[in-house]
Amino acid sequence: MPPRWPPVAFVPTARHVLRGKDLADARYSERIHVDDMAAAAGLSRAHFSREFRRAFGESPHGYLLTRRLERAAALLRNTDRSVADACFSVGLQSVGSFTASFTRTYGMSPTAYRAKYPPAAQHAQVPTCVLRVYGRPQRSTFREDNGSAPR
Amino acid sequence: MMRIANVNVWVHDQDEALAFYTDKLGWEVRADATLPELGDYRWLTVGPPGQKDVAVVLNAIPGPEVMDEDSAGQIRALMAKGWLGSVFLQTDDCRAVYEELKARGVEFTEAPEERPYGIDSGFRDPSGNSIRLTEVKEEFSAV
Repeated sequence: MPPRWPPVAFVPTARHVLRGKDLADARYSERIHVDDMAAAAGLSRAHFSREFRRAFGESPHGYLLTRRLERAAALLRNTDRSVADACFSVGLQSVGSFTASFTRTYGMSPTAYRAKYPPAAQHAQVPTCVLRVYGRPQRSTFREDNGSAPR
Repeated sequence: MMRIANVNVWVHDQDEALAFYTDKLGWEVRADATLPELGDYRWLTVGPPGQKDVAVVLNAIPGPEVMDEDSAGQIRALMAKGWLGSVFLQTDDCRAVYEELKARGVEFTEAPEERPYGIDSGFRDPSGNSIRLTEVKEEFSAV
């Protein structure tokens, strides 16, 4: 009987793209850019952006930004650090841009967001990985405001 | 009474997976049997030292004689994108194990971070499967 399990392993391009996505998740707090994500994937920036969108349905730039916003939102919910501190802690350098992006994405300012979500002890058991995946905001209209408040 | 015995994890290459789970994670091989009568199917299981009654099956994605190419392709694609699943590991000392694994070349996607339930971190195996490594506070521990 011939072997049913081909001995040669095939690594899809998406596996390399995932390294770029993982870099965003691991080092969002540093001043990394899409170029760094592409380098982690071992692909040119244009190729990486194309393959990232194919694999995950959004741009790497949008992914990195929403990861940062999600982490900043978690800091606002779970710590008493200032809005500026939350901004710098997630690798962003302009508090003005941060506040604008945050407000566009969450439909309210960072300060209002913090006031709306007091620390929730009942959520304490939910693992970080779940928070990160489910808590990251949708951002299909990057740099555009369609007027509707996101979820 | 029921117990969890083996849990399947698809891998893109059994040899590479085996090297990762043994050399880098420090797990032991529980079974490694290649069966000619099953078209050289390789039953390969590994598990952490000290937990003899649970093993992870490192299963290769079968060829077209066993699984249609469309299904195999979907598994391969989901695995590569990191969406296929997670293994949740617990440890008594997340930071120490993190340092140990990092020194052996494990690339963490999340460094240890304080959470209300303990200290949590995460990395991937070579196939893209997500593995969590968590030190759970006593009051949140199921045991």
